[in-house]
Amino acid sequence: MAAIANADLPVLDVNGLETTFSTPEGEVKAVNGVSFQVRAGEAVGVVGESGSGKSQIFMSIMGLLASNGRARGSVKFKGTEILGQPPSKLNKIRGVRMSMIFQDPMTSLNPYLTVARQMTEVLVEHKGMSMAEARKASIALLDRVQIPEAAQRFDMYPHEFSGGMRQRVMIAMALLCQPELLIADEPTTALDVTVQAQILELIGGLRRDFNMALTLITHDMGVIAGMCDRVMVMYGGRVVEAAPAGKLFHDPQHPYSAGLLRSMPRLDETMHDRLTTIAGQPPNLQRLPSGCAFRDRCDYRMEICATELPPLRGIAPERSKACHLQAL
Amino acid sequence: MPSAGPVGTAPLLSVQDLKVHFHIGGGLLSRRRAAVLKAVDGVTFDLRPGETLGLVGESGCGKSTLGRAVLRLLPTAAGRVVWLGQDLALLSHEAMRQKRQQMQIVFQDPLAALNPRMTVGDIIAEPMKTFQPNLPATETKKRVQEIMAKVGLLPNQINRYPHEFSGGQCQRIGIARAMINSPQLIVCDEPVSALDVSIQAQIVNLLMDLQRDMGMALIFISHNLSVVRHISHRIMVLYLGRVAELADRDELYRNPRHPYTQALISAVPIPDPDVERSRRRVVLTGDLPSPLKPPSGCTFRTRCPKATELCAREVPPLETIGRGHEVACHHWDQQ
Repeated sequence: MAAIANADLPVLDVNGLETTFSTPEGEVKAVNGVSFQVRAGEAVGVVGESGSGKSQIFMSIMGLLASNGRARGSVKFKGTEILGQPPSKLNKIRGVRMSMIFQDPMTSLNPYLTVARQMTEVLVEHKGMSMAEARKASIALLDRVQIPEAAQRFDMYPHEFSGGMRQRVMIAMALLCQPELLIADEPTTALDVTVQAQILELIGGLRRDFNMALTLITHDMGVIAGMCDRVMVMYGGRVVEAAPAGKLFHDPQHPYSAGLLRSMPRLDETMHDRLTTIAGQPPNLQRLPSGCAFRDRCDYRMEICATELPPLRGIAPERSKACHLQAL
Repeated sequence: MPSAGPVGTAPLLSVQDLKVHFHIGGGLLSRRRAAVLKAVDGVTFDLRPGETLGLVGESGCGKSTLGRAVLRLLPTAAGRVVWLGQDLALLSHEAMRQKRQQMQIVFQDPLAALNPRMTVGDIIAEPMKTFQPNLPATETKKRVQEIMAKVGLLPNQINRYPHEFSGGQCQRIGIARAMINSPQLIVCDEPVSALDVSIQAQIVNLLMDLQRDMGMALIFISHNLSVVRHISHRIMVLYLGRVAELADRDELYRNPRHPYTQALISAVPIPDPDVERSRRRVVLTGDLPSPLKPPSGCTFRTRCPKATELCAREVPPLETIGRGHEVACHHWDQQ
């Protein structure tokens, strides 16, 4: 019975997450009460501009906050609370059942160690493999992420690989223990479009093969459109809209999501009119305005927006938004 | 909205077989022989007054180097840059300096491009003071405030410092500085790449509005094909320092003939799940080859789905295959 109940549990269940950083200029509220779930095998996209808090949610979840950062709330991985746990306990889950990849592969690869050393170490430590087994399994995985001549390159250092290949090595490392959840933070932002297409196709294929849940953090709505089942739009450290991907793109309900979609020129556009812009700048997280953080830039603002914070409320099955406006 | 661009006028700029080579390594103590990196290797194009030419390609394809070489900010190895009929290489130092009023540049990192110790007013006025040192202070201030208003800055911010502004506003300052002498050409080197999506649109609109009002030509360098398509009249696709394809904007997107252009266009994600999931994609294998050891013949052949033995042997010439449509591929007429 317990096993069945366990299979129904979401992979990730985040409740009321708040992340703050104390700085000499005062407290910065990076994440302000964020709640969401990721189910097994599901791909969730997280979009937002710089400073929207999208990365800090997942740095908090992985226990990777900078030393001046503090996270409160609850994060459950398959029913087990992981927020604020000591590294000894956290390390049984992160890197094993839940892995993260970053924009810059060199943040997760050690430049002083060969790829072989870094990959086999994980398998020997977490899976108790022998060195020979670990080498074999690692090379097989490098083959799977399409590193040409993986066996010959296995003993090279990270700097001997090109940017696209380093990204593949990092993905292979994240997948070594077949995690149930892969957190990808802007995995293709630093890459050229042709290489981005290769990496996205690779991540999509791996997800299907391993039935892995994916959270994809990005500012590129196009990347989300191709990869994700559901989307969360972040603004000022809060989720302002959450919806199935198709619904969000065709019928956005928050003025910010609608504005973001309209402000991007599309390669398949037929008109070359002026782009619709969102006036003003993203908010300063040290001095978030009262009420709705988006109100100064919003075309639909009302009096209530300045005084009351709009709660994230359900507007349809699987859809929610944080806006006082009834419908857009 | 850009029209088809002025047609039939004499070119503002004519670039002929331009080459920029860098010598790598081979220092006094190095045992390795100096290698030659051909960053730009024989590029030819014309730019008409008031026109926007988009330069696209992946990192390392030479697009920024080409932009700088056109402005003579880099020494060229061969070829000519002709400005309104005059070969810039033949000008004296002083004559070239005078010409620089007409050609400006806007950089990618807006904050790094501004001197943190100068006020916004001084930054914007500097190019004008360089060329008109005797302009009275009141007149300088008036012109600076006019251009500030034009680029969407508040004229009363004239005494502030760059760090007090956001990235998008700093880019407006950079654009104001480039515009102050009313130049005929601005090279924009990835001007929106460092900005948030909602701010990118503001800057793209600003550049298009300024071009409509003041009529300068733009060379718009970007790796973002959607933005380039939106702003450009014509687009040049570069691969390892050579022109792969050059055509009018709509022609290039409707009828790309070079396999690299086709792959680039098909790799750009479109923000619409229905379109995005049903597209057929040309996924290239491998990465850009090292520009120090480019492949023989056509440099794209190592990643090209259409490559044949001919491609390894012969460099494909840049052929005109339609009105204003040029392509460098042995197999451009194959579907």
